[in-house]
Amino acid sequence: MSSPLGTGWRDRIMHVLANVPDPEVPAVSIVDLGIVRDVRENPPAVIITPTYTGCPATDVIKGSIRQALDLADFRDVGVETTLTPPWTTDWISDTGREKLRAYGIAPPPHSSTLRAKQLPACPRCGSTNTQEISRFGSTPCKALWRCLSCAEPFDHFKCH
Amino acid sequence: MTTASSSTGHRSDPALFDYLLRLGDDSLILAQRLSEWCGHAPMIEVDLSISNVALDLVGQATLLLDYAGEVEGKGRDGDKLAFHRDALRFRNCLLVEQPNGDFGQTMARQYLFSTCQRLLFRGLAQSTDARLAGIAAKALKEIEYHADWSAEWVVRLGDGTPESRERMINGFAWMWRFVDELFQVDEIDAAIAKAGIAPARDSLRAAFNAELKKTFEAATLPLAPLPAAILGGRKGHHSEHLGHLLAAMQFLPRAYPGATW
Ligand SMILES: [Zn+2]
Repeated sequence: MSSPLGTGWRDRIMHVLANVPDPEVPAVSIVDLGIVRDVRENPPAVIITPTYTGCPATDVIKGSIRQALDLADFRDVGVETTLTPPWTTDWISDTGREKLRAYGIAPPPHSSTLRAKQLPACPRCGSTNTQEISRFGSTPCKALWRCLSCAEPFDHFKCH
Repeated sequence: MTTASSSTGHRSDPALFDYLLRLGDDSLILAQRLSEWCGHAPMIEVDLSISNVALDLVGQATLLLDYAGEVEGKGRDGDKLAFHRDALRFRNCLLVEQPNGDFGQTMARQYLFSTCQRLLFRGLAQSTDARLAGIAAKALKEIEYHADWSAEWVVRLGDGTPESRERMINGFAWMWRFVDELFQVDEIDAAIAKAGIAPARDSLRAAFNAELKKTFEAATLPLAPLPAAILGGRKGHHSEHLGHLLAAMQFLPRAYPGATW
């Protein structure tokens, strides 16, 4: 079956999207974060979902996707937003989690493995001897923690 | 399920329009109030927290007021409804327009609002209106955080020093008069509840009272019968505080129509 978007269009679009960084955490892509929900063929569109309702990054992300699609000759592919089902940190890929950790942000626990009183490990020294400083951090998706072993503060990507 | 038809079938439904204004205006006005703390909170962590809560509320307001504009069908979007409407046309409850006072008063207001909003949005997430259910399910994840966070502060301040305890008590003393309005049911609420779009607000009262009792026990704060209620926000009868708030919020888009970043 041939598509007006050309052969292998879905993979090619996903490849384009995999290179669009999150504006607030540029170490991870919007695909790693699970913001990209679907690539629709007819009418062609990339469907994304916001992380938080008031997240100012959502408009920036839309603009970045538009630019990336245009540069890759996908000018007729639209960008649409959906709210349902609501975004969850469970959609962050394993690669995304590892990239977050390497960037200095403790990744969120997967809700299926979430146990009570399980503390995030310090992204620098790996210690789980950690403590919450504030439930809200530098962006809506992060909380502020500190490591009691190496004394460094760190961001923790909240389970959401 | 009739969700597919109901999400598009409410065009020019005046009751739904008014109801969405009530929800959207609550979030918008509280967001604007909380923004006044930006750069003035007692600690940097609290400053960030309040700004983040405000941001979530702006997000809710945008979704709700955009939808309200579509239901109204006169070409107004969320921005138009937020910035080009006068105080008499606002449908927020009186609680959210109350001044910040000190941090204790702000937390008293936040706790009362978020605790009620959590109960309401749990119901809205099951709405027969698919669009509203989607907005509510999304917002609920944020509201849970606001409710827990503000309850923690009520306990921390209430069960803190004599000074923080007194401020928490005084903060609630200002806000009690505006609690009954959160659970008021008028003809619009009744029509909306009957259509399965939202739970009737009075049906949330028992759960709210139980939550209040739990938090106040943990905070070792006394819980007395509520003083006489002041009502009127849902009909546009606001306190003088709203006009001042709107003057600050609406000045720029009104003085420079069409201004963009
Ligand atoms: Zn460490």
